[in-house]
Amino acid sequence: MKREIKFTLNGDPVKIEVMPNEKLLDVLRDRLGVKSPKHGCGRGECGACTVLLNGKSIRSCITLAIEVDGQEITTLEGLEKNGMTELQKSFLQHNSFQCGFCAPGMTLTATELLKKNPHPDEEEIREAIAGNLCRCTGYKNIIDAIVDVSKKG
Amino acid sequence: MNNFDYAKPSTLKEAIDIYKKYGEKAKLLMGGTDLVVLMDDGVLSPEMVIDLKGIEELKKLEFDGEYLHIGAGVTFNELIDSPVVKEKFPVIWEASRTVASTGVRNKATLVGNICSAVPSADSAPALLVRGAIVVIATENGDREVPITEFFTGPRRTVLSPGEIVKEVKVPASNGKFGGSYIKLGRYDGEDLAQVGVATIVTENKDYKIAFCAVAPKPVRAFEAEEFLKGKDLTDDVLEEAAKIAVKAISPISDIRASKEYRLYVSGVLVKRSLKASFSRLNGNGPAYGERLV
Ligand code: FES
Ligand code: FES
Repeated sequence: MKREIKFTLNGDPVKIEVMPNEKLLDVLRDRLGVKSPKHGCGRGECGACTVLLNGKSIRSCITLAIEVDGQEITTLEGLEKNGMTELQKSFLQHNSFQCGFCAPGMTLTATELLKKNPHPDEEEIREAIAGNLCRCTGYKNIIDAIVDVSKKG
Repeated sequence: MNNFDYAKPSTLKEAIDIYKKYGEKAKLLMGGTDLVVLMDDGVLSPEMVIDLKGIEELKKLEFDGEYLHIGAGVTFNELIDSPVVKEKFPVIWEASRTVASTGVRNKATLVGNICSAVPSADSAPALLVRGAIVVIATENGDREVPITEFFTGPRRTVLSPGEIVKEVKVPASNGKFGGSYIKLGRYDGEDLAQVGVATIVTENKDYKIAFCAVAPKPVRAFEAEEFLKGKDLTDDVLEEAAKIAVKAISPISDIRASKEYRLYVSGVLVKRSLKASFSRLNGNGPAYGERLV
């Protein structure tokens, strides 16, 4: 029942055999060694497992690996291939994270937002990251960092 | 998650053939935001999962002057990003924005939302007040079911194995109207509704009211609509309408709210929604998408 799928992962072609019931998150982490997406709730509610599918943020914990055959997946590893992005630098500057478990998902979600809407207001930022839970920080420094980037460019 | 076989047909006909062959043992996959969770929990263990994302015609989102056609593959974020949906179908637009979070809305579809048929389906009240029609592909051609008859109970619809919803079509409104969808949740992002209410008010004093999350299935409040017909929304009329409207619902207690709270707050929200719709009709209401609770 194994199927071979091919997709682009962070710009590189990947070919791998998967069972239909394997989740994208598990394939990325356990079989391809891409560890930035995290397993939080495992049911689409916390955003820790966020990856970009053709540029759009999705929950890899409720996506079957087989669904991404022929598609393009980007994780944090791909995002920072050429060094940290402005957004990541801003997160650093603001000390946005503590444990960092939510950081990859938060970063990808905010990246998607800024690409679609380079100058979001604070309400739009809050709305965009509403599905990315952070259990450490209280969100303030995360939002401030995104606001900073939204004022540039 | 149990294993299953997987097919990704490229035509509806092919999909129906596979679905017919497996019957109850097959499940349809579009966004998967519901299905994969249910399979993971062991609630569903299909032998075959039919991924519909390879069927080009299901991706259609189009307004032809008469109907808005929302194909089965259209995601909530595609609806939110569509200018014609925002302009001509603002209650659907407003409701779409309340569904979970952006990372879910990039995959979750409106058609999937109604096919899952959970009582709290956010898209349902908006479709109910707009008189939407569900177009179902079967081996013997298409059949159409009004949304008011589509839901039959919690997680149950008129669909049988081998039938695939290909689109929802929503008639255009002629004439001015204002509408609103109010979702009461415990917090933003991901939470299911404790109560959802959609209303529409037209310039001819025609009213539509629908609820989700407060009955075994999303419902219209026909009796209250009848009562309101032709009336002005005075405080007394609103009060009476809310009383009649909640007769259409039969909420239960669950982890999100008690039955008593739901019953009470449904009355409050229906008044608030009618007021918001009325002020939007007159061009002096809060912008669509603005917080109403
Ligand atoms: S782990 Fe995927 S949303 Fe929580
Ligand atoms: S920094 Fe720990 S969860 Fe966000």
